[in-house]
Amino acid sequence: MSEHSSSSLTSYVGIWALLIVGTILTVVAAHIDMGPFNAAVALTIASVKALLVALFFMHIKGAHERLLKLVVISTVFFLIILLALSMADYGTRYWS
Amino acid sequence: MSTALAQPVERENYLNKHYGVGSWLFTTDHKRIALLYLISITFFFFIGGFFALLIRLELLTPAGDLVQADTYNKLFTMHGMVMVFFFLIPSIPAVLGNFLVPMMIGAKDLAFPRINLLSWYLYVIGGVMMLHCMLTGGVDTGWTFYAPFSTEYTNTKIVEAGLAIFVAGFSSILTGLNFIVTIHRMRAPGMTWSRLPLFIWAHYATSIIQILGTPVIAITIVLVAAERTLHLGIFDPKLGGDPLLFQHLFWFYSHPAVYIMILPSMGVVSEVIACFARKRIFGYSFVAISSIAIAVFGFLVWAHHMFVAGISVYAALIFSLLSYSVAVPSAVKVFNWTATLYKGSIHYDAPMLYAFGFLGLFTIGGLTGLFLAALGINVHVTDTYFVVAHFHYIMVGGALMGYLGGMHFWWPKISGRLYPEGWARLAALIVFVGFNLTFFPQFVLGYLGMPRRYYDYSHMPEFQVLNVLSTAGATILGIGYLLPMIYFLWSMRYGKPAPDNPWNAAGLEWQTQSPPTTFNFDQEPVVTWEAYNYDEIDAGHREEVHVVG
Amino acid sequence: MPGTGRRSTLSDSQTVVDTSVHAHGHNPALLHHFSDEQQQRDSASLGMWIFLATEVMFFGGLFCAYLIYRLWYFGDFAAASQSLNWKLGGTNTIVLICSSLTVVFAVYAAQHGKRTMLLASLVLTLIFGFAFLGIKAVEYAEKFEKHHVPGASFSFIATVPGHPDLMANPRHAEIYFALYFIMTGLHALHMIIGIGIFVWLLWIAWKGRLTPQYNTPMEIGGLYWHFVDIVWIYLFPLLYLIDLHK
Repeated sequence: MSEHSSSSLTSYVGIWALLIVGTILTVVAAHIDMGPFNAAVALTIASVKALLVALFFMHIKGAHERLLKLVVISTVFFLIILLALSMADYGTRYWS
Repeated sequence: MSTALAQPVERENYLNKHYGVGSWLFTTDHKRIALLYLISITFFFFIGGFFALLIRLELLTPAGDLVQADTYNKLFTMHGMVMVFFFLIPSIPAVLGNFLVPMMIGAKDLAFPRINLLSWYLYVIGGVMMLHCMLTGGVDTGWTFYAPFSTEYTNTKIVEAGLAIFVAGFSSILTGLNFIVTIHRMRAPGMTWSRLPLFIWAHYATSIIQILGTPVIAITIVLVAAERTLHLGIFDPKLGGDPLLFQHLFWFYSHPAVYIMILPSMGVVSEVIACFARKRIFGYSFVAISSIAIAVFGFLVWAHHMFVAGISVYAALIFSLLSYSVAVPSAVKVFNWTATLYKGSIHYDAPMLYAFGFLGLFTIGGLTGLFLAALGINVHVTDTYFVVAHFHYIMVGGALMGYLGGMHFWWPKISGRLYPEGWARLAALIVFVGFNLTFFPQFVLGYLGMPRRYYDYSHMPEFQVLNVLSTAGATILGIGYLLPMIYFLWSMRYGKPAPDNPWNAAGLEWQTQSPPTTFNFDQEPVVTWEAYNYDEIDAGHREEVHVVG
Repeated sequence: MPGTGRRSTLSDSQTVVDTSVHAHGHNPALLHHFSDEQQQRDSASLGMWIFLATEVMFFGGLFCAYLIYRLWYFGDFAAASQSLNWKLGGTNTIVLICSSLTVVFAVYAAQHGKRTMLLASLVLTLIFGFAFLGIKAVEYAEKFEKHHVPGASFSFIATVPGHPDLMANPRHAEIYFALYFIMTGLHALHMIIGIGIFVWLLWIAWKGRLTPQYNTPMEIGGLYWHFVDIVWIYLFPLLYLIDLHK
């Protein structure tokens, strides 16, 4: 585990601030009518926040191996498979 | 090469280092944990087998005259649940994997030995819960416990059985986690990915499935338990729920689960064929990558269990196409094993007989899987004995044969004793004959229309002949399974002491003592050779690591 | 050597060398089956990440169920969602984000041997954790009072947001609440476990067992906590913020 300098403490606070802003943005955006895009916007902001936590708080960004990134990406991939292929059924059930 | 024969004084090894129940129940030695699992899963194999016996006895006659309908439902349910969750899924990984993975990569133990022990305890706890459930009434939904029958209409012990499987599932997850971390972090110097035995690649792929799939059935069980106890409406159509959601979530795990059951067996077959053909596995990297491909593609095909359940026809088309693709890596492996045999120097020892059995029976099972993946055929044979035959060819003809072959191959290493070869070959033959007699008639039965899970077929009495053949085969198969249990136990006392490498096999595990010491190697090995270097070995140019003596 | 599991300075042409050097006076926390501390640390880290992968799939099944029913019963889900208090939910999101900050501070402190900072950060994390659970308890109590808990006494009367003349279907709303309680309940259970882990971390930190040479429990405990935070980051908008503009 590589050492972190005290400048990293400042960057942690910076990430924290971004997360707070993101939360506020999410709530504000939820009050604006964007039609079908409300959910997409909310999930996008949530994903950015999750990515910030994972990359900076969970230290994926500084990891010297690609293995951890592979674990995360594979997991997300299979979760998306579960959601997407289920939707292949649910989304098309009433077509015919 | 060390070929130390019978020593007048038994060398210190993992079996005799410490005595006493406590030294076994609190062990962190992966080899002892493997034996703990061996005893537990064999126990459950007997239970599952007992249920199978009753099923086949009932089906000897068309009338439902041995047991009542509800009892029969419980019999096939418990047979399935016990065999799938408490025998097949743990079998090779928990016994052979636990024993061999560290040794094959040159490590002293798995990455997390205490978690390994925890895995076994979770398995036992889940097993005890399942036993209690069975003894107090059991479950009658089929091992697939579909909603809404399981969530609402049945009055059998769904929640208890579900929780038992939930706990056993965690055992499976922790085993997979342990293997992945071990294989990544604890390989000896020089043991690159491309020098790993294919057994390791197979267990790595299996572990990926265990990690990613098992949690989904865990949450499904939670939802079923919640729905059942709190009368929610998640799967209940009367309350706006969708019963097919249960099936999607259930099969998202349970299809990859069948690859958990077959991949380790394929790993065993690679080791056995290489050794008894005295050749490198043809297309090593293809076989390795195919293991990973099977794990990945296996997650993409689950709804082929739902073609007639009411999913959209467009989804059915997609899943049918994906199901064809998952057969490709399996076929690649079969071709590569066959090519390995070509111009090999074949020895017909018992492990090899099981490997041959695997090749033929897995191929049949796999091909019939393709038949089932075709929508038109699927509509005709779903929920018939055709499906039953298909999955028994893979799970018994494939996975179980691989397990038995592996147990024979590594028995000298595990126990320090040789099993009686004559009896072993006889048993392998009996298993092969018994197996085919049991399950081939079921393909015909299914195609002719006999439904599965029926205790009474008196409206189709013409099916009796095939059923009688099947039951006769099951009896022979049972004898074939009993024989190894008897002679393995016999060999622990009366068998000839085994040399360290009786098969002159490649692999780091064979360069340890038989049985190994607690920490496997007295010095960390450094690997400089490719896997399956039988040409070097048979020419006498083998590079060796220091053997504990 | 890339591709090997362990760092080795040996080339392929060398054969057997004794590499099992056991440094005398090595860290007492080094477990016997590992060759060195780096291997042990890397193993623990990878092990926790893989465990988190299983947790993602565990929650993933619930997200799948939620996704499907939200698409099927969007109006009813919106109505049910608006009976939740998004301000409390939003506060809880901020609470968890702050707790993640104190966790990274704790990890930093452990790595740099700053005892006071470590203990303070751990205590603050626990305070935030309890605050989260406290707010959740308030929310659950409110749901209980309004009979929004699925079961025999469930009752839900509201209009679909944006359609004041259309009543929400209570059976579909009940599915929403079932998923709400299961998802947030499972999350809260993970929070409780996380608090337990951090109480233990506070204990061993107090005992001085977290040092710059060995702070693996802090690191992997932190990973677990951040994961629980990430789950909530998704739960909040999905459960609390449906169609708020209507």
